[in-house]
Order: sequence, then C-alpha cells, then structure tokens
Amino acid sequence: MMTGWHGRILRIDLTAAAATVEELDRGVAEQYIGGLGLGTRYLYDEVDPAIDPLDRANKLYFATGPLTGTGAPAGNRYMLVTKSPLTGGIANSNAAGDFPQAIKFAGFDMVVVEGASRKPVFVFIDDGKVSFHDAADVWGMDTEQTEHAVIAATAPDAKVSCIGPAGERLVRYACVINDMGRAAGRSGVGAVMGSKKLKALAVRGTGGVKVADKARFLETTRRCYEALTDPYIEHFHKHGTPGVLALVNTYGGLPTKNFQFGTNAYHEDISGERLAEAQSVRTRMGMGCPSCPVACGRVSRSRGGAYTVGAGPEYETIGMLGSSCYTNDLDAVTQANFICNRAGLDTITMGATIACAMEMYERGHIPRTDIGFPLPFGDGAAMVRLTEMTARREGFGDLMAEGSYRLAEHYGHPEYSMSAKKQEFASYDPRAIQSMGLAYATEPRGGCHIRGEAQDVSIYSVTHWNLMKDRGYEQPLDPLSWEDQPEIVAELQDWFRLIDSGGLCNFMFYLGMDEDQLRDLIEAATGMDMGGHRGLLRIGARIFNLEVLFNRRAGVRASEDTLPPRMLDEPLPDGPGKGYVVHLAEMLPPYYAFRGWDERGDLTPEKAAELGLESELAGL
Amino acid sequence: MNKMLTVDVGRCTGCHTCEFMCSFRHHDEFNPRNARIHTTVFLHEELAVPVVCSQCEDAWCQRICPTGAISKTTLEDSGARVVLVDEQKCVGCRMCVMACPFGAMMIGPHGRAEKCDLCGGDPLCAQFCPRGALRFVEAEDPEVRKREKLAARLAGSYREGE
Repeated sequence: MMTGWHGRILRIDLTAAAATVEELDRGVAEQYIGGLGLGTRYLYDEVDPAIDPLDRANKLYFATGPLTGTGAPAGNRYMLVTKSPLTGGIANSNAAGDFPQAIKFAGFDMVVVEGASRKPVFVFIDDGKVSFHDAADVWGMDTEQTEHAVIAATAPDAKVSCIGPAGERLVRYACVINDMGRAAGRSGVGAVMGSKKLKALAVRGTGGVKVADKARFLETTRRCYEALTDPYIEHFHKHGTPGVLALVNTYGGLPTKNFQFGTNAYHEDISGERLAEAQSVRTRMGMGCPSCPVACGRVSRSRGGAYTVGAGPEYETIGMLGSSCYTNDLDAVTQANFICNRAGLDTITMGATIACAMEMYERGHIPRTDIGFPLPFGDGAAMVRLTEMTARREGFGDLMAEGSYRLAEHYGHPEYSMSAKKQEFASYDPRAIQSMGLAYATEPRGGCHIRGEAQDVSIYSVTHWNLMKDRGYEQPLDPLSWEDQPEIVAELQDWFRLIDSGGLCNFMFYLGMDEDQLRDLIEAATGMDMGGHRGLLRIGARIFNLEVLFNRRAGVRASEDTLPPRMLDEPLPDGPGKGYVVHLAEMLPPYYAFRGWDERGDLTPEKAAELGLESELAGL
Repeated sequence: MNKMLTVDVGRCTGCHTCEFMCSFRHHDEFNPRNARIHTTVFLHEELAVPVVCSQCEDAWCQRICPTGAISKTTLEDSGARVVLVDEQKCVGCRMCVMACPFGAMMIGPHGRAEKCDLCGGDPLCAQFCPRGALRFVEAEDPEVRKREKLAARLAGSYREGE
C-alpha cells in the first residue's frame, strides 16, 4: 500500500463516456512527486506536443500531490496541466479549496480527462464510481449557477470544478473555477475544458489520506505552525493579497497604464485597505481553504452592477483591471472581477488585454469604430463593458478573447502586448524588480509571478529561506540589482516546483516555512528519501526541464525567453526604478549556466544525464 | 484545574484543521468524515461553527446506553470532565446517537460508538486551531471573558451618556 499517494489514477474518456483506473508507478511518483511534476510527466508522455490545444487529442490532468488532503498547512491544492491555447506551450494552473482534497478522498492521485464529448456533459466521481450526465441544461450557466446545479443533480457534499460561458466559447484565457471562486486561473485551461464540452467535474470522496510516518508528520506539522509566525499573516488574513498593493507601488513596480509607468497616483484608491472599507470586504470566515492556518480569501460587495457579492478581488486582479487600466473606480474593478469569476475568465490576462487595448486606442492603432465606444485609460465603465463582451465573444470582445498578444498583432503592433510567450505579465513591472524580468522570460508557461516567486526575496523581504542563508544573504536583495538574481531565480523556480508538486500553497513558504519542512512533510507522508537538499533540487530541476522540453517539442524555442521591447529598451520613467530597463542580456547567460544549459538556452546532454532526462533530450 | 474545550464561533474560519487533526489522532488518517468534531460552514452568512461534545454532567448518551459502555470521569492533569465510550462494551446499537441533542456522538468505521475523548487531556484540535477558535482552557475563562466584554460595552455606553 502506498501512503501520501494512493497509487491510483482515474482516466476519463469523454469520447467513449468510459472511465478506467490505473496504477501509479511508485518510481514515477518518487521522481515527479505529484501535482505539477506528475501532470507534466504524463502530459509529456501522452500528448503530441504539435497538436492544436483545442483538439480532442489534448488532455487535462487534474493532479494532486501527496500532501493534498492532509492536515499539513494548506495541503489543499491541485494542478491542472494541459497544452495551453494561449501560449501553445505547457499550461499549469493551480487552485485550492475543497475540490482538490475531494479527489484524494475519492481515492485518486490524479484525474486524467481525454477525448471530447459530442454534447455538453458533466462527470460525477462518487468515490470509485464514475457517471456521465447530460449538461444541456447547465451549459450557458455562470460558474456559481453551475456549481449549485451540479450539486443539486449529484450529491450535497459533492465538490465541483467547472467552466463558465468564457470556457464554453473557448476564450483563450478562460479559467476553471472550483468551490465558488477558487480559480485555476491562467493559460486558458478553461478553454481546453470547453473544447471537450466538459462543463463540470464533481467529486465526492469519503476516504482518507494515510501517511508513512505518523509521528514525524505530526512533529513536522507542529514545526510548520511554529514557523508560521510572520507578523504579515494577520495583515494577510485581514486584507488578503490586495494588502501588498501599496508596497509594490512604493517600489515603483505597480503596472500603470499598460506598464508605461511603475507608480500610480491613485494607488490609495484601489488599495487593500480601501477595499476593506469601501466594499465592506470581510475575510471569508466560512471559506478559509481547508487545512489553511491563514485564511486569506475574502468576500466583497459591489455597489451596483449585475453582481453584488463574490470572492476576491485579489492583488493581481486589482493591479491589472485597476492600476494597469488606470482606473481608480474600485466598484468597477470589483464588478469586472465578479464578471470574470462568474464567466470563468483569468482576471490577470483580462485586465492586461484591456490595458493593452486602451493604450492602442489612445495611440490611434485601434479605431473607435472597431471597439464601438471610446476606450481611454481610466474609463472603468468601458473596462467593465469590455469584460462582459469578452466573456460572450460579442463584437470587439471576440478579438479581446484572443488575449493581448494576438490582439496587438492583429493591429500590427505586437510590441504593446506586455507578455512573455504570449502570456501576460502579472502585476509587477520587471524594470523595478529585475528578478521578475528573468522569471517572466524563462518561466515555461510565460508571464507568471507564482511558479518561482522571484519578487519575494527582494520587495517582500523574505530572507529566511535556505537559498538566501546558504549564500550569506542576511538582507533582502536590492530589487534593482541584477548580479545576484540569476542563481536565485533558477533555484526558486526549482524548489517551488516541489511545493506545487507536493500539493501545498506557496504562501505558507513566503509566510515562514522553508524547504526543510517541505521535504520532511513529503518524506513523512510517502516514506521516500528525497536525497537531502541536492536531491530535492534535482527533482525540481527535472520537472522544470521536462516542462521546457515539452515546450521545445511544441515549437516554443529558447529565443522566446525574452521580453517585449518596452521592458528591454524603454527606461521606466518614474519611481525608484526610474531610468532602468530589464537587464535580461546580463542575467540570461549566468542563468543558463547555472541551469547547466548551453549558451543558446538548451539543455545539455550532461545535465540531462544528471536529471535522468537523456532519452527525452535525445527524442527532440 | 478544571479545563474544558471551548468554541469561539467568531474566530472560526472554517479551515477544518480540527477535523483533520482529530481523524489523524484517532483513525491514523486524514479524513474529516471520521472526525469527532465537525465544522459546519454557512457560506452566505460568512460563518463557520464547530460542534463538539460538551462532556455533559448529566450525559443523555450515558443514561440511555443499555450496556453501560459510557462513563464519565475527571482527567488527572487537566481536571477536565470527560465522557468516554468503552469500545469493548459498546454493541453499536446507536441509542446514544439518537439521545445526544448535539449530534456529538457518532458511529465510527468499525460500527461502534465514538466521541471526543479530549485526546486524553490535550486535544489536538485545540493545539492546532490556527486562529484560536478552539481552546482547551480553564472552564471559567470563557464566562469571565464574556462578562468582561459586556461590561466594557456597558461602560462605553455609560461614558457616551455622560
């Protein structure tokens, strides 16, 4: 019997409306752990990287980790891995809540969804029993309505993950929502689900999760709790992620007017503190994620608009729909956030695409007649309207639904898309936070702030991690320096792969936990030996490199490890980063060298041998 | 010493850590369904309420048990009153489940009655409750705190009226 893992994978074939259970090989589990790693391994082995992401040959991997469903701090996450319709490379989107744990309680480590249904369908996994249901009545519903309807049709204690109208209409950045507002947000995983006519996946699990070494697991969990003493936890609990907005502005990294500026004069109008007052935002006492000691999720209310109450908005959402669109209308931002959650849209790419359209409109590259109304920066009402139109692919919304890169390219100016590998940046201007520039450029899924939180070791003042202490850093890195960043960014990317494969939440680490506790938890749960610090990083690097190899086979070349000209050539005009561009040319060579790649940015045979990826490299 | 497990509903975030720890302690696995404490979430009211055995002085479960499997005792270290089920004597008749007005008595995976035993004197749920909604404290503490809170409010209104 396996512990931590169940050793069982559920495969759902939508074409045949059939399900089978497979064994998870222990060797594969030890090499890829779960979540991001396991999903990536299976995607690499099973999906032809050359396919159209919306083809029925694409697959969806709902992958939990060995710590998902345990009482380890925030052991509540799953990773949704597939080929991305936004980037054409690998997609991995992560969400927490009850749904990921339900997969484990139902007795599975991963649910694979393949093929496509001819008619809208939802699937109910009731412990080991799988049933297929006609979704004709649910198709078209928003995510909250869907969740209610699917629960009513299955079981009161079923946990639901679903798409909204945006996913049905194959918006390239549609997300997958579970538990009333938790989003596997990025890279268009919802569009892949929509292309398979899969409206929802409901899971009811009554089993438990066992661990190999009970005493060690409990003792490690106790140490984790002791480490979670960061005074910021209270702030996080009260204000959630929007609490950081003022700080990012102070560092001059708050995207303003589509990354034309790094500080925003209106930042106080859209801060977490203001959100708490104005939208009567409350920490969602009923909806802290399961097993989480922090509970950062909140409920907010909007004055007016179609939706009056809902989850969020999160920091990244306010940064992109608010600051980057240069609106200080918090009601509009909250409303657009609700629309995104209900329609199943990634708020980051939505905000970034509107900001991109606003700049191109102001510069005269997009005519007003195409949009149908004026679209200047700061127009909150237009921002909300465009969000609605995108969710329905109505009018100009049809082009917006392709994301900022394809939109800007359509009008002949791709340089106004603030993206990497066609996925939009998150809410950090990398000119003010150099490490972020390197992370955006090298992350396999494109513009991303969360797979290796490069911002943490500078502006968020995280110094307690081994990777800082081992290098003798007692102080946070200077966000404007680029000399120290390459090694740190690479190592962060690698060990965050373990967090995302284990099934924990990144925030626990930012708020006090470290690599040692993660390793002890995984080892105590599974009984495996990770081989110390180096062994752990080798697993992380193996996962990262396999993601890159999938990208290479999908046609995403090393030359795409780059940033838009604005980041490389236009110095930031304001704030502490004034005068800075991203020093990518200086950071990339040492980064590649540290990774054991050649100077072009490709994996070398020596490094591949070290990671056990020889045959994968040879197959390129 | 006269400790008891207290619940402060206002501090509960609905994280279910209590259920995870309870099932881990008593059933060697993380499975909220097998926990002896349960938190019900009222999403739209933004409230979560943990319910656990009150360890009644006059315990209805004990009164109704036909085999005398349920007993009441005082724990040595904490002085806490605890109602216990003797699994050897229990026949799984479910009479206690019916009698308990709080739904705190349940039938475990082996078909026998089980309930909160305060982990023998240091409940794991309270040890790990991240926001202090569950505490294992002197029985008087919560009452005193409630009285003091009310007194502070009264004092405030008195000052305003002056």
